[in-house]
Amino acid sequence: MSTPASTPTPAASAASADARAVRTPAAEFWRKFKRQHVALVAGGFVIALVLLAVFAPWLVPFDAEQFFDYDALNSPPSAKHWFGVDSLGRDIFSRILMGTRISLAAGFVSVAVGAVIGTLFGLLAGYYEGWWDRIVMRLSDVLFAFPGILLAIGIVAILGNGMVNVIVAVAVFSVPAFARLVRGNVLSLKHQTYIEAVRSIGASDWVIMLRHLLPGTISSVVVYLTMRIGTSIITAASLSFLGLGAQPPTPEWGAMLNEARADMLNAPHVALFPSLAIFVTVLAFNLLGDGLRDALDPKLDN
Amino acid sequence: MVHYLVRRLLGLLPTLLIVAVLVFLFVHLLPGDPARLAAGVDAGPETVELVRRDLGLDRPLPEQFVRFFGNALRGDFGKSIRSQRPVATEIAERFGPTFWLTVAAMAWSVVLGMLLGIVSAVWRNRWPDRVGMTLAVTGISFPAFALGMVLMQLFSVQLGWLPTVGADSWRHYILPSLTLGAGVAAVMARFTRSSFIDVLKEDYVRTARAKGLGEPVVVVKHGLRNALIPVVTMMGLQFGFLLGGSIVVEVVFNWPGMGRLLVDAVDMRDYPVIQALVLLFSLEFIVINLVVDLLYAVINPTIRFK
Repeated sequence: MSTPASTPTPAASAASADARAVRTPAAEFWRKFKRQHVALVAGGFVIALVLLAVFAPWLVPFDAEQFFDYDALNSPPSAKHWFGVDSLGRDIFSRILMGTRISLAAGFVSVAVGAVIGTLFGLLAGYYEGWWDRIVMRLSDVLFAFPGILLAIGIVAILGNGMVNVIVAVAVFSVPAFARLVRGNVLSLKHQTYIEAVRSIGASDWVIMLRHLLPGTISSVVVYLTMRIGTSIITAASLSFLGLGAQPPTPEWGAMLNEARADMLNAPHVALFPSLAIFVTVLAFNLLGDGLRDALDPKLDN
Repeated sequence: MVHYLVRRLLGLLPTLLIVAVLVFLFVHLLPGDPARLAAGVDAGPETVELVRRDLGLDRPLPEQFVRFFGNALRGDFGKSIRSQRPVATEIAERFGPTFWLTVAAMAWSVVLGMLLGIVSAVWRNRWPDRVGMTLAVTGISFPAFALGMVLMQLFSVQLGWLPTVGADSWRHYILPSLTLGAGVAAVMARFTRSSFIDVLKEDYVRTARAKGLGEPVVVVKHGLRNALIPVVTMMGLQFGFLLGGSIVVEVVFNWPGMGRLLVDAVDMRDYPVIQALVLLFSLEFIVINLVVDLLYAVINPTIRFK
């Protein structure tokens, strides 16, 4: 968003020496964000994960589902099998790598769908208030009356097991959180003078909402979205761990952990690597989210 | 205060009603015929019809709902398809272990989380803060089921200090409640820290310091109470998170609670049990949030007059 151009007045021209110091919001964000070294590393790691996920089929040393090394059942990490072998003889490294695709897709897609729908509902509810606002808020109260994973289990019970249904379930319970967040922001923004100004020059409701209110709320949506991806990856993995999501032999991290439970005594490494994979991925998203929040929060200018 | 309480209770009614309708409709949203599910796979068409009439599934939906709601109010949720025992009995047996597990997890995680948060805020950007916040971000990033498996492997299998599964003595509660509470402790620590940092910037804190009060008095007497207000709200939300989290933790530790009952019921399509449990979990969540709101009004009187 561009800031309104100011007409030169004596006071302004006196300050024009500082003109170079005027920064666009993007530059301002980058100035603050690049000082957050932890978040930078986390962001780099997330990009690397996305690349790994995209190119995983060409990177895996063995087929994740169809390759069985019967001479090395439950064998610990070695030069041939970097993360060891599971109880069926499959290469854990290859399975973890392929699992990156599933977990990232589950996290991204579910949260993105929830964010888009929730943001739209929140914009409309905050802008128009009235009966629409009451319906949206009542519906989010109802969705909030179910603990997240319970709602997901209920939806999966209706739709049946499987990863796609898990993604739908996680998306559904992301909607009310985004709707509330955006509604709150819109309620506080819409009485500001600049909105009154655009309305007085005859802008339509949609222009006001999408062009002038949405940008004001987008930074908190982005921060929340990043944090939420981590949570959603955990929820999706939990459902697979409970046997409700991805089914064997799919190399989903939660499902892999569930399979590993049977052989914890003989082969703890089979459980170790999927746990680490989930932890490191979720940690990266959380640290990135923390960094984004600190960089986008106008209160924290040091 | 009474006025506020009544208003909050009345505000709950629509939510409760919609939740009840959703839980009721759940049976009809399931794929397949509920009468056939209840009669079993081997039943002939006559038996299915008998079961349908017996369960009232041939009546119009509104009538069915009134019956379901009336029965639910009296605690009657029908019979479990799997065990043929009344659902209420099944759940009653499982309620205690889940309740105590949740309470144990909440107790330690709130105390430790707030302590970590306060320490981190007071020594902001120094090493106690770094240690505390590293622990906290680890806590929110490590999935409960993985943590449970690691703890069990370490303390029960390798070291043999604690029992692995079951809920027979207080020693059985240690690992599951640690697993369940870790995420909450982490969230509480982060939240308390940021709330405390905001409070420590206030003018009245500077005044307290300026008039020569010792730092412990400033932190405890002037900081703590004000910082607690948002923390209490957070606590209520976290309780709901614990209820959900207990489902996963109970499966890991083979805990004889409601969470495992729910997962088994979903597995077996035992819909009367699923219905009752979903209703019960949501009811608990709603009640806890109400209690938190009331607590909030006690701590912060301005809320009551809004």
